[in-house]
Formats: sequence, C-alpha cells, structure tokens
Amino acid sequence: MSGRDRPAQLLRNLPAKLAALPMILTALVVFIGCSLWTVVHSFTKSRLLPKLDFVGLDQYDRLWSTPRWLVSIENLAIYGICALILSLVLGFVLAALLDQKIRFEDGFRTIILYPYALSFIVTGLVWQWILNPDFGIQNIVRGLGFESFVFDPLHNPDQVLFALLIAGLWQGTGLVTVILLAGLRGIDEDIWKAARVDGIPAWKTYLRVVIPMMRPVFATCLVLVSAGIVKLYDLVVALTNGGPGIASETPAKYVYDSMFNKQNLGQGFAASTMMLLTVLIIIVPWAMFEFRGKRRD
Amino acid sequence: MTHSTMRRLLAGAAMFCTPMMAHATDLEITHWWTSGGEAAAVKELAREFEAKTGHTWVDGAIAGSGDVARPVIVSRILGGDPMAATQLNHGQQARELIEAGLLLDLTDIAEKGKWREIVKPASLLDACTVDGRVYCAPLNIHSPQWMWTSPAAFEAAGATPATNWEELKAAAPKLREAGKVPLALGMQGWQQSYLVSGLIIAKGGKDAFYKAYRDADADLLSGEMITQVFGELAIARDLSKGGNVQDWNLATAKIINGEAGAQVMGDWAQGEFAVAGKVAGSDYNCFIGMGGDPVISTGGDAFYFPVNKDAAITEAQKELAKVILSPEAQVAFNLKKGSLPVRGDVDLAAANDCMKKGLETLAAGNVIDSTEQLISPDATGQINDLMSEFFGSDMAPADAQARFAEILTGDK
Repeated sequence: MSGRDRPAQLLRNLPAKLAALPMILTALVVFIGCSLWTVVHSFTKSRLLPKLDFVGLDQYDRLWSTPRWLVSIENLAIYGICALILSLVLGFVLAALLDQKIRFEDGFRTIILYPYALSFIVTGLVWQWILNPDFGIQNIVRGLGFESFVFDPLHNPDQVLFALLIAGLWQGTGLVTVILLAGLRGIDEDIWKAARVDGIPAWKTYLRVVIPMMRPVFATCLVLVSAGIVKLYDLVVALTNGGPGIASETPAKYVYDSMFNKQNLGQGFAASTMMLLTVLIIIVPWAMFEFRGKRRD
Repeated sequence: MTHSTMRRLLAGAAMFCTPMMAHATDLEITHWWTSGGEAAAVKELAREFEAKTGHTWVDGAIAGSGDVARPVIVSRILGGDPMAATQLNHGQQARELIEAGLLLDLTDIAEKGKWREIVKPASLLDACTVDGRVYCAPLNIHSPQWMWTSPAAFEAAGATPATNWEELKAAAPKLREAGKVPLALGMQGWQQSYLVSGLIIAKGGKDAFYKAYRDADADLLSGEMITQVFGELAIARDLSKGGNVQDWNLATAKIINGEAGAQVMGDWAQGEFAVAGKVAGSDYNCFIGMGGDPVISTGGDAFYFPVNKDAAITEAQKELAKVILSPEAQVAFNLKKGSLPVRGDVDLAAANDCMKKGLETLAAGNVIDSTEQLISPDATGQINDLMSEFFGSDMAPADAQARFAEILTGDK
C-alpha cells in the first residue's frame, strides 16, 4: 500500500466512523483509560486520595502476604467452580424438564425465574433468616422431632461457602434455566423426530445432539454466570459479611474495604488489578479460541 | 375543609415560618447513630440546634456501624456532593481530607469560643487541629474500654458477680452450666479489637498502651506481656462461643436480658441500658477497663464541616459548631448518649453511676489517647481483620501476636 492511499482509506465511509466515535472514545477513556489509571496507581502508596508517590511492588507484596486476600481468592475459586457447574447443570435439567410440554409451564417458569427479580441484598437477608439456627431450617426440623439436628452453616467456617452457594444458586439458576429453555425451543423439531425414528433414548439425544447444538446459548450463560461470580460482593455483605471470621471473604469485598474502610487506595488498586488480571487470563485465551474458530469457518 | 379553617391553618403556617424565613437554612447532617440510645441523643442535639439558631436539621442517619457509614461520608465529600456536617471519630480518619482543603476551617469560631480553655482534656482539640488550625468540633468523649455485667446472669448461675476480667474467667464455668454465655461479643473485628487494647491496658497500664500503639515498640510487642494478652484473647474466644451475634447492641441486649455475663464495649452501651429502662448498679454494673487502674480513653465523636460553596450554609455550619460546644447541648446530648462531655465545666448532676465513674476518672486526669488518634485507619482495619480471623478460627495466639506486631510496626 502506498502512502498516498492512506488518508483516503481513513476518510472512507466517514459517517460510519463518526457514528462509531462515541463508542470508541467510551471504550478508550472509560474502560481502558480508567483501568490503566488504576494499574498505575496500584504502584503508589495512595491512602485516602490518589497520589503519584511510587513505591514499586510494595502493595503487591503486602497483598500476597495478607491471609485475608489469600482466603478470598480461594473462596472465589471454590465458589466459582461450584456455582458455574451447578448453575449450568441445574439450569439445564430444569429447562429440559420444562421442555416436556408440561401443563402450567408459564407458571413454573415464573416461579423459577422469580428469585432473579430479587437483588442479592434481599436474597442474602432472606437466606440469613432461613439458615438462622434459632428460626430457620434447624428449628423447623427440630420441631419435627429430630432434636439433635444441626444445620448452622452461617456460623461454621467450613460450611459457610455452601450457604453462599445455596443462596447464589437459588437466585441465579432461574435465569440460566430460561435462557437454556429458549435455546431448547430453537432446536428443530425434525431433529427430535429423526432421533425418535432411530430409537435413540431422549437423554442420549440431549447429551449427544441437543447440547452440542446449543453451544452459543451455553456460551452466553457461561459469560453471564462468570461475570456474576467475579463480582460477588453484595450477597456476601448481606448474608455473612465475610464471617465467621474471614471464612467467606471475597476479592471484591477486599477491594472495597481497603479503599474505603482502611483508607488505603493503593492496596485496593493492587487487589483490583489482580482481579482484572485473573479475568484477562481466563477471557483472553477463550476469546482467541472463539475468534480463530470463526475465521476458519 | 371550610374556608376559615384553611385560612387559620395558613395563618398558623405563616406565623411558624416568618421568624425563620430571614435566614433559615437546611443543614444535612450525616452520622451513624442509629441504635435506640444514640437516636435519642441525636434528637436532643437537633432540638437544641433548631431552637437556638432557627435553622433546620435535616437528619442523614446512615444505618450500620461506622465501617458502613464512613465510606459513604468520605465518598460524598470527595465526590463534590458534601453534606453540611458529619460525624467522624477524631483522629487520623479525616486528616487527608483536611490536607486536601475539603473541610471547613473553624479556627475563628474556636478562638472566639475559647475552645482551647474549655475543652478538657486538651488532646481532644489537638486531634481536631492540623498545623495550628481547628477543623472539627468535638462533641463527646467515648471510651471503648468498659466492661458491662449482668448481675442477674451471675445470680442465676450461682456465681459471684465479676468486677474484673479475672473474676469473669473464674465464674465462667458456672455461667456455662446455667446456659449463659460468659462473654457477649459481637462477631465484628472492631468489637474484638477493643478487647486487645483493653487487655493491654489491664496488663501493662498506660505505658504499655502507648508503647504498643504509638511507638510500636518491637521488644514490647514480641514480649511476654503481649503474649499474655493474646493468651487471654484465646480464653475470651472460648468464653464468647455460642453467642452468635454480630451487632454490638444485640450483644448488649444479652446483658440486658440476663443471657450473658459480661460484655466489653464502649460506654455508648449505656444508651441501650437507658432505653431499656435499666438502672446502673442494680440491673447492670459497669467497670472501667477490665480491672486494674481505671483509665479513660479520650476518643470520641466530632463534627466535621465540609467546605461548601453556599455562604448561607457556611454561616449555618459555624453556628452548628458553636451549638455543639455549648453547655446545654453538651449536657442534653451526652446524658442520652451515655458519653462524657468535652467540657469540664458543665454540670452533669443527672448523670448515673456509670457516667460519674467516668467523670471522676476524667477529672483525675487518668486519660489516654484513643487508638484512632495513634494509628492509621489502615492499621486499624488490619487489626480488625486479624481479630475477626482470630475469633472466627482456631488460630494460635502466638501467630496472632506476630501479625499484630507486624501491623503496628508496619504503620510507623
């Protein structure tokens, strides 16, 4: 390409480029610009106000030697893997059940989707009561005659993540179900007929034929669920507030507490940079794989 | 509604409004005083302010503890949407806001009102002063190191009522047998941190307290005495098992109901006892510190006034600062709140036994700085995290001690 062509190239289709300008600016300034600003300030010792007072990797040193951060990461990993798998599996099973042309499907769909209409804060408070040993499940089961029944996950460091998981799944599975149900409805009736003619059992048809065909729908669910997992914050605040002890802390909460309670912006920025990095490590290979796949098509 | 009633109402409204019309300003005031006793105290302050100045107190209570409210307050100030006045604990919390020029300089009011002379102990005003300028109006003195006991709980268990930490430990087995929790403790780091400072004072007195929090003396922090403190903390962890409460006022409720033996909590707990109609000395008992020589920590609440563009608001802010230091407001507010006034010259004849104990200690000059004045919010937060971790797990006392020392030395 010669140098003479370039300006022409830039000016080609000018209205479209102008129209895209706000989007490009937003992406550059808000997303990339602010992220860079955060990363730069994570190398400073900013306290309450951001200051460019560089201290090298000190904030990261401290971050990775803080037990609370390490516990947070571990919790997020456990919660994330369990939540991801369980919400997809449960969501698909529910969607498949709803897809059996049952009566009152609308009613069931509404019931299943309903928790999603509640915020995580409300979800957390509701489950705090349900899991409270003096008022909730434990009390009810004991009332039925099982005097020694113990179910108190909110005050047990080993079980508290399950409490979070139960509440999180209760709230989030409905959405996955509905999206997957839409996906199931998109499967051509003829495929089912063909499978039936060949005498393939329904479960096998789901596993071998339907699920592979629903790959884009699963990808959407995956992205929605993972985004919800990484930013897990409000549910923890409402349900356990990180307790008992630090057993249910999460990275997002660490960031918030460092920035605003401890008045240590530098530490909070370092932690959020690590969160960004984690997301990039997961998303970049996936995105590359996806895009390359498309180009080959 | 008939025509005449309407007119009468309007006339009434006019009469109510006219005297204030001239310079009435709405002041939005944020604070985190939301428990029963605290809310009653705020009402007194608001009434006093409105009666004296004719301005309007727009209450901006933020529910939750200071840990919830402070971020909201600070982000509003930083974000350019400042309230007219706000509660903060004096100390290092607001220092950077002052340095950034976001808080109103009250030096002229302070000089006119002779705050230097009336505020006792003077360290309270020092905590408001940066480079010789005054930036906050101290409202009360709160000492976090108090122990509250429930005589009813000890009686029900057939144990001798404890008057200090050692006696509580001795009575603990009997309390347990009777189904009482020996130590009511909210499972939040800041509440557990009071046990640490309380125990350091109990074991090592004033000197040890300053050596630990102000000087971060490495020898002391790794020494025998602090080891003992963490040993006691491990005992406190056992004594508080089964309490299952988060908020301090719910822990206090256990004392009020006689379900728990003792609670270590600041003197604001007194407001809860007052709201419940309990009498100091018979329904509940109070002890400064955890036994040993009584020492009052002079932390507390102060009002800060974010810089405002509106001159009318600035004027009203200064009037509020005057009201806060006025003897009437000091008495009315602190009696309800259970805290001590910041001026030594007001008459608190109506004070109950517990407050009188505090006042005597204050008058005798047995005071120390609060930890908020000595260490940064960062270190405070880290100690709180350490405490939640310690109390929420079976962490070894020695490990906790090592980390405690690390946090304090790292803060200097």
